[in-house]
Amino acid sequence: MNTLVCIKRVPDTGARFALTSDGQDIDSRNLEFTISPHEECAVEEAIRIQEKQGGSTAVLTLGPEVASEQIRESLAKGIDRGVLLETDGSEWDPQATSQAIVNAVQSIQKTGTKYDLVLFGNESADSGDYQVGVRVAAALDWPCITGIKSIEFQNNQVVAKREAPGGWELFRLTLPAVVTVKEGINVPRHPSLRGIMTAKKKEIERIKPAKPELKLLKQNLRKPQEKSGEIQILGHGIEAVPAIVAKLKELGVI
Amino acid sequence: MILTIIEQDKGKIVDPSLETLTLARKFAAENGIQTSAAIAGHQVRGLSDSLKNYGLAKVYLIENERFAKSAPDAIAKSLSQLIEKTSPTAVTAAGTERGNELMARITARLMQPMAANCVEVKVDGDGFRVTRQRWGGSLLEDAVLKGRFFTVAPHAAPAEPTPTASMEIEAFNPTLDEKDFRVQIGERIESERKGVSLMDAKVVIGGGRGVGSAEKFAMLEELAGLLHGAVGGSRVATNNGWRPHSDQIGQTGKQIAPDLYIACGISGAIQHIVGCKGSKRILVINSDADAPIFARADYGVIGDLHQIIPALIEEIRRAKGGK
Ligand SMILES: Cc1cc2nc3c(=O)[nH]c(=O)nc-3n(C[C@H](O)[C@H](O)[C@H](O)COP(=O)(O)OP(=O)(O)OC[C@H]3O[C@@H](n4cnc5c(N)ncnc54)[C@H](O)[C@@H]3O)c2cc1C
Ligand SMILES: Nc1ncnc2c1ncn2[C@@H]1O[C@H](COP(=O)(O)O)[C@@H](O)[C@H]1O
Repeated sequence: MNTLVCIKRVPDTGARFALTSDGQDIDSRNLEFTISPHEECAVEEAIRIQEKQGGSTAVLTLGPEVASEQIRESLAKGIDRGVLLETDGSEWDPQATSQAIVNAVQSIQKTGTKYDLVLFGNESADSGDYQVGVRVAAALDWPCITGIKSIEFQNNQVVAKREAPGGWELFRLTLPAVVTVKEGINVPRHPSLRGIMTAKKKEIERIKPAKPELKLLKQNLRKPQEKSGEIQILGHGIEAVPAIVAKLKELGVI
Repeated sequence: MILTIIEQDKGKIVDPSLETLTLARKFAAENGIQTSAAIAGHQVRGLSDSLKNYGLAKVYLIENERFAKSAPDAIAKSLSQLIEKTSPTAVTAAGTERGNELMARITARLMQPMAANCVEVKVDGDGFRVTRQRWGGSLLEDAVLKGRFFTVAPHAAPAEPTPTASMEIEAFNPTLDEKDFRVQIGERIESERKGVSLMDAKVVIGGGRGVGSAEKFAMLEELAGLLHGAVGGSRVATNNGWRPHSDQIGQTGKQIAPDLYIACGISGAIQHIVGCKGSKRILVINSDADAPIFARADYGVIGDLHQIIPALIEEIRRAKGGK
């Protein structure tokens, strides 16, 4: 079983967003970087699949040179191979991103590694386009299922589960397939010290895809208007309890 | 014509689809075009009744008994064929999980761009100028879309019915083959959990790192029981295994909109806030008066939740008993 995971580097924002003065981006000078929790789980799932089924694992990201940090983090957790589709750091739209991923998958397949499964996050944390995985599957003509919270294998089939209102939906797909996963499918591991040391020495493969004409072009970012009511402090400690009960009554909750 | 793709769950049209129809109607009025809708499913003719008051000129029905079990590829292909036949100026759907997925499948087939979770859309030259939500709704992006497919962010603006003179209904028969059904739901498993669900509850009690353990969530359950509410948690609570992930509130969990959200021992990270900002009122219990969540709250209590909540439970019991 050969699994490829696609991840995206994004700033790990704190309690508030600060934007750059030109409104083009998040001011990330004081921020760490990460990937979406969905993608962290995709990385973990790939490692677990390899532990059970054998085969190989790889991660791929399209982003600037510094995105190799996120690749190394995955390598430190146990992923075998890292591929960076290097850009100048400007934003790519979902069509351009998925085209570059498809080209990379096809060129890797030509060198002999046939992927059975390509994993994505359900949506990226920053841009939330909900489409890169679906587009890659369509271009490869592979079956695709989204929002998955459990993957099992039966013979050459994937049995995948996703949450639906009041329960679960169960899908069966034949491999090769694209699956987009959601946080909750597993609890990701932390890298071991030894893993971090080995990852440092691993070579990351680099491809520089040409940037096509974009069809979804960011002009600027801005903050939505926040509701600006005054907060009413009901009190401190257990002294506040009667005031809470009074408020709950006022709101018709009790 | 602007075409809205309608989403239904268990025989009912979902609210975000009605919100999308409202935005589509305004877009149509600004551009002097008509509005239409499409419903794909098994025996969906009856659903068109609920669309009567949304100013639609036409509803296309794509009925197939194999759509009873969601068949996303086949439905996307059917809608793609309808779009190719009718060439609408714009195509939209609700920006729900399923709506975004379906639109992604359609635009991937038609090799067209798509803008997800828009709150505003204007015609601009050959394409559109859109404002859309990013970071789960904590930021807005103004963008140019060189295309005509977009989804509408749920709960950004309310659905507004309007008196409608007449609405034509037309059946559309797509050409499908067996391969289009390669991804299909095998079964639907109903969950066994009792009580009100997080999405439907009028009161939600959220617990975070401050709760401290799975066992301590029992008091939040007890409080929820007294208020006919449901319990949810922050990512710290789910990641620590104190709650199942299906209870997570936030960007990568659920987006709730209860009448009252009571956040206990939660700091108020932006990714948590996007999951609860739809609440009508927010009450915060936190020992740190500087916790960012107070800035988002209507009512605040500063103190240790491990003292306050048991005392609160007792007081509510007394208040109820004394009625
Ligand atoms: C892309 C991305 C997506 C994310 N998605 C989500 C998501 O969907 N949902 C989510 O919740 N998070 C999400 N997060 C994580 C988020 O950034 C925060 O890390 C998380 O919400 C913090 O949880 P918390 O408030 O429980 O913990 P903390 O931030 O550690 O806060 C604990 C709070 O409890 C208070 N406290 C401690 N003890 C007590 C006590 N005895 N009594 C009262 N108060 C007490 C403290 O003062 C503090 O304010 C996401 C992060 C990223 C990067
Ligand atoms: N630049 C990128 N490089 C690699 N994978 C990506 C990139 N952008 C998005 N993805 C993958 O596609 C998923 C969906 O992204 P999106 O369509 O932007 O919501 C993400 O969770 C990632 O798994």
